[in-house]
Amino acid sequence: MNRWQRRQLTDYMAKALGTAATLFGLFWLAWILWTTVSLGLPALKWTLFTQTTPPPGADGGLANAFAGSIFMCGLAVLIGTPIGIGAGTYLSEYARHTKFGKSIRFVNDILLSAPSIIIGLFVYELMVRPMGHFSAWAGSVALAFIVLPVVVRTTDEMLQLVPTTMRESALALGVPQWKVIRQVLYRAALSGIVTGILLALARISGETAPVLFTALNNQYWASSLNEPTANVPVVIFQYALSPYEFWHALAWAGAFVVTMLVLVLGVTSRWLISRGKEQS
Amino acid sequence: MRLSILFKTATRYAAVGAALSLATLGHAAEITGAGSTFVNPILSKWSATYNEKTGNRINYQSIGSGAGIAQIKAATVTFGASDLPMKPEELQAAGLAQFPVVIGGVVPVVNIEGAKPGELKLTGPIIADIFLGKIEKWNDTAIASVNSGVKLPDQKITVVHRSDGSGTTFNWVNYLSKVSGEWKTKIGEGTSVNWPTGVGGKGNEGVAAYVNQIKGSIGYVELAYATQNKMAYAAVKNRNNEFVQPTAKSFQAAAEQVNWAAEPDFYQIITDAPGAGSWPIAATVFVIMYQQPKDAERSKEALAFFKWALEHGQAEAQALDYVPLPGALVKLIQDSWAKNIH
Amino acid sequence: MTTPHVLQAGMAGLRSSRERRDFLYDRAFRFAVTACAVFVLVSLLAAALSMLWGGREALGTFGWRFLWSSSWDAVHKDFGALVPIYGTLVTALIAMLIAVPVSFGIALFLTEIAPIWLRTPVGAAVELLAGIPSIIYGMWGLFIFVPFMGEHIDPWLDEHLGPLPVIGSLFQGPPIGLGMLTAGIVLGIMVIPFVSSVMREVFKTVPPQLKESAYAVGNTTWEVVWDIVLPYTRSAVIGGVFLGLGRALGETMAVTFVLGNAHLLSPSLLQPGNSIAATIANEFTEADSSIYLSSLLALGFLLFIVTFVVLAIARIMLARLALRAGKTT
Repeated sequence: MNRWQRRQLTDYMAKALGTAATLFGLFWLAWILWTTVSLGLPALKWTLFTQTTPPPGADGGLANAFAGSIFMCGLAVLIGTPIGIGAGTYLSEYARHTKFGKSIRFVNDILLSAPSIIIGLFVYELMVRPMGHFSAWAGSVALAFIVLPVVVRTTDEMLQLVPTTMRESALALGVPQWKVIRQVLYRAALSGIVTGILLALARISGETAPVLFTALNNQYWASSLNEPTANVPVVIFQYALSPYEFWHALAWAGAFVVTMLVLVLGVTSRWLISRGKEQS
Repeated sequence: MRLSILFKTATRYAAVGAALSLATLGHAAEITGAGSTFVNPILSKWSATYNEKTGNRINYQSIGSGAGIAQIKAATVTFGASDLPMKPEELQAAGLAQFPVVIGGVVPVVNIEGAKPGELKLTGPIIADIFLGKIEKWNDTAIASVNSGVKLPDQKITVVHRSDGSGTTFNWVNYLSKVSGEWKTKIGEGTSVNWPTGVGGKGNEGVAAYVNQIKGSIGYVELAYATQNKMAYAAVKNRNNEFVQPTAKSFQAAAEQVNWAAEPDFYQIITDAPGAGSWPIAATVFVIMYQQPKDAERSKEALAFFKWALEHGQAEAQALDYVPLPGALVKLIQDSWAKNIH
Repeated sequence: MTTPHVLQAGMAGLRSSRERRDFLYDRAFRFAVTACAVFVLVSLLAAALSMLWGGREALGTFGWRFLWSSSWDAVHKDFGALVPIYGTLVTALIAMLIAVPVSFGIALFLTEIAPIWLRTPVGAAVELLAGIPSIIYGMWGLFIFVPFMGEHIDPWLDEHLGPLPVIGSLFQGPPIGLGMLTAGIVLGIMVIPFVSSVMREVFKTVPPQLKESAYAVGNTTWEVVWDIVLPYTRSAVIGGVFLGLGRALGETMAVTFVLGNAHLLSPSLLQPGNSIAATIANEFTEADSSIYLSSLLALGFLLFIVTFVVLAIARIMLARLALRAGKTT
């Protein structure tokens, strides 16, 4: 076989392996989704969204859990994203090669690997103990600490990938640095930064341990944000580890809905960004 | 552009949410309790029924007996629930009081081909030796000697225990310590012990799942899990030398043997109970509250809930495979409230 | 940095009010982002220090022995971190061995191989793996995957690879289905979407001119990816891998369900083990003595250290690679 044929073969094999890898990933996805749907089927009806978490033997839904999770995840992203983007910007634009920047990157990577339960314990000591009760606020803060390092990392990397020519052209026109960052770099790296936020959101929507020690859970609607608040991961955790069929079904159904919600969110935000790019 | 609008609206919602939460601080909030997973089904059932009747919301969360004790000590909840009683000295030191609220039992479950529920017979010392790793196969002479007529396979025994600390474990190893001197000295008792062999499942459900999957395995779960999952449980020989089946009746027999007034603060662990028909591994769930609570209002409401549950909740408890407390014990408990909790 | 004197001196040469305003905004912006970065630093230090503080009793009592003792006895109050550390490292290693090549393959597929109309749906589908709650991975693992492993894969491995010398000891054991291999596989699947999403985003940022020039001189697709795209995006790709590694090291719920949670040390991947996060999650709520609690918190602190060491080693290796590729610092 001559050299050209060898190169063709390698190319072909690489493409085949790439396709195989994708099929591999999709296979697991299909298997897991199929499990959640088939096991959650008894609970996948409208009452899932309208009724609250039931005691054993009764019919019910996950309405309070969905509401609690949406609020806490939303607030966590709201808290964690600005700080995360800020820190990522600092690392990429002001401290790319400094020692200080390197140590912050390192520290961020360690925070990224922290078991979520440790973050939960940390916020428990920080907020729940002094406040004297569990609350949705504490839950949101714990989740924000999980969002933070993910957003920092992706923002840093995505901003670094924007070609220097863009920065230089803008600066050459006399644009001040903060405007360069805001209006040129963020726009260029928007897709990547949003990916980071979506990954973080996907992660926190399924996290049980940090919420367990901060927002606990609630059988009913919480009348204020200062109370224990129902949320989907903890409910799934409790119901899955119970002996009751209907609770199991609710757990699987809840998981399916959360996964679909994350999908919808991801698709919508990507579409919005591409629309924004088209218009500009 | 769109994103910044999204961002602005999101912050507006957050601001409204914050304002609402501050405004509702004075609202008649609910009671929160936390602790044992064992008692979660019945407490959430009682809570729902009570809520329909009175509109009060008793929010119980199962985070584990030890966590329940930790939370009541930190006063982040109004009551804690635990499968193991706190010692009177500990209660005094923390200013707490405890009382029993429901009774259940821990059941050995097995995965042997062809074994029907209640068919296999075991004794305490045999169980201890299995969990110690000394008896390794099902057709061991010790097991065969109490199971004449049952064909036991030549199969390795896989022990399944709890991976998480648990009140269920506590009652199980407490019983093993009582019937096996070797277990008592080598392993001891606690919510989490140094298991010499086997795998750990998370929660009762984890143990049930592992036992269902691993052929030739043995584990321990609460009765509700064994019946709901249609598992093969074993009959155990009690102190009265009878082989007893785990049923609400045998749990109740064990509970009635106890002289509740004998110990202060109801400090009784009812494993290895004497008497005819008593299940040897019965367990009591205790509720723990402050004697002089900071939030007296909430404490009173919690007591009202438990009064209702002890007097009217028996049918619901039985429907979920629990044993409601005998009438005499309920009276003792209500007397203790008048004395201890203000 | 921003004292009035320095500001005035900096503004001395500026003519118009707009320039002065821009200068102030620049300073303010810089201050804001620096504050964010410092916040990240402070959060980590606070979290790590609170673990260290909580763990001081255990570390003081056991000393260095804590690191290599494999006992874990709550009744006799003797704790050692060897089994959890070993389990954490092994499961994370298996997870990365699975996730990194697969993610690279997926990113390759989505950026070079797939037709345009297929890219968005398949990409969204892969990211969906990230949206599945970790506890569902645990439950699916426990109820569906573990029996599958126990009935089909483990016995095959035990029979065919077990008797081999040296690597055989990795694959011996009763076919119970749970164990480090199962946990490693589940973790690998969980990590795939994180690594592949980042890789895909990053591959898209390569300037088309670079790729087109390479194609123009006759490179195949594979050669363009391997020789042009990967080196250009190397740092960000490593970042994505670290994102996945972080998830693998710290994942709690999924591992708890399928690892078997046995405090027993064994070289075989088919045997159950324990990981740091799973140990803490399982036992924290029931830790009834202060030394027990302290040992768990010390384990948490040790995870920070383990992460630190793993990342430091990775960075050194990367720096060596970069030196060979011609970078100066």
